[in-house]
Amino acid sequence: MTDTNSAADHQLRVGKIRNGTVIDHVTGGQALTVLAILGIDGSSGEEISVGMNVPSDRIGRKDIVKVEGRELSQEEVDVLSLIAPDATINIVREYDVAEKHRVERPSAVVGVLSCPNANCITTENEPVDSRFAVLGDGVRCTYCGTLIREEFADHIEVE
Amino acid sequence: MRHDHVLTAKQFSRGDIEAVLDRAADFDGPTGDTRHTDSVLGLLFFEPSTRTKMSFETAIKRLGGDTIDMGSVDSSSVTKGESLADTVRVIEGYADALVLRHPKQGAAKMASEFVDVPVINAGDGAGHHPTQTLLDLYTIRENAALDDLTIGIMGDLKYGRTVHSLAQALTNFETTQHFVSPESLALPPEVRYDLDEAGASVEEHTDLEPVLPDLDVLYVTRIQRERFPDENEYRAVASEYGIDRAMLDEAKADLSIMHPLPRVDEIDPAIDDTPHAAYFEQAHNGVPVRMALLDSLL
Ligand SMILES: [Zn+2]
Repeated sequence: MTDTNSAADHQLRVGKIRNGTVIDHVTGGQALTVLAILGIDGSSGEEISVGMNVPSDRIGRKDIVKVEGRELSQEEVDVLSLIAPDATINIVREYDVAEKHRVERPSAVVGVLSCPNANCITTENEPVDSRFAVLGDGVRCTYCGTLIREEFADHIEVE
Repeated sequence: MRHDHVLTAKQFSRGDIEAVLDRAADFDGPTGDTRHTDSVLGLLFFEPSTRTKMSFETAIKRLGGDTIDMGSVDSSSVTKGESLADTVRVIEGYADALVLRHPKQGAAKMASEFVDVPVINAGDGAGHHPTQTLLDLYTIRENAALDDLTIGIMGDLKYGRTVHSLAQALTNFETTQHFVSPESLALPPEVRYDLDEAGASVEEHTDLEPVLPDLDVLYVTRIQRERFPDENEYRAVASEYGIDRAMLDEAKADLSIMHPLPRVDEIDPAIDDTPHAAYFEQAHNGVPVRMALLDSLL
């Protein structure tokens, strides 16, 4: 950890990674939600660094998440768009940024959010994943039609 | 219409609706048809609904086919904890189409993902009831018209699946829909969303009086006691969202009053003998309309 206040050094606070993924420009305070959406809780031994509410020229305050040893798939990245629309994804190989992606809104998110409608068939003990169509201003349960327009993090399925 | 499954009224185009209603008119009479003598309809009613079930039974029998069902829910494997997904995969082996009534929203949609035979949604919780909508539309077309129609839909709009399906189907026609309910039972946001997306002409009200004189059709639904924690509150609301004979002085002479039945107190029995009453005719239309639908699916 460095104790300098210079903006350039904020990136360094959470250290460089050798191989893996850096999720940058996450909306301030949403880093843990990002990890939850990705199903990353460190239990399988991944090395994870999180910076929260660090200054950003682009979005004021941002969070940054670095996951060593894991390259996120495009599907995983797309789901992040629900809560971190400005996020950028850097895939790092041997300390260099090998690929850079912006998140894009997917057409559906499957198995990520649980339906807030307690009377929805997906909340029963049935062999189906939750499935939400992504709309312009929210998501909608494919089975019962319930809309979620905000507070997505409250509906993330916890494994 | 050729859809593998009938899940929501949203899937119906104007052409689909007109095709079923036209065909229903051919079945609407004493002459039956025996073109489906080899067809077996599986009736999966996880929630009691004698009328809808009997209507489907009559329809398939008048087409020459037969039914199988699971008996009462209490004695079925449901109480033993078998999943719906497993149940439909078993019954699929016995039947050419499945009719499903289930207390959970989205049940028919899910079931349709596990089987290759057509699944017909006969009511899924507070969700949809598309075959009721087809007979509602048939009745409206007989009594008024589906275009240039001003319809009032009153009662429990939040949990009323017949309302949700009807409102969506009516977006295919030139129709103004006036929704009348207590605020606590107003249309759910997802139904309103669909109506807005479809560009429907929709107004919401808490009082019938100002819109009654404009209506060609008044569709009344029952407000259920269990939606209210308090008996007095229920009584106050229920008595406010009904119609009696005196109120009809303010209505058009050719107003048709509809109700998916059973009614409790929402419609004054004194209306039954007037030309306004269309609800028993509406119930009878269930058979020819379901015959038409089954004929197109089997
Ligand atoms: Zn749902």
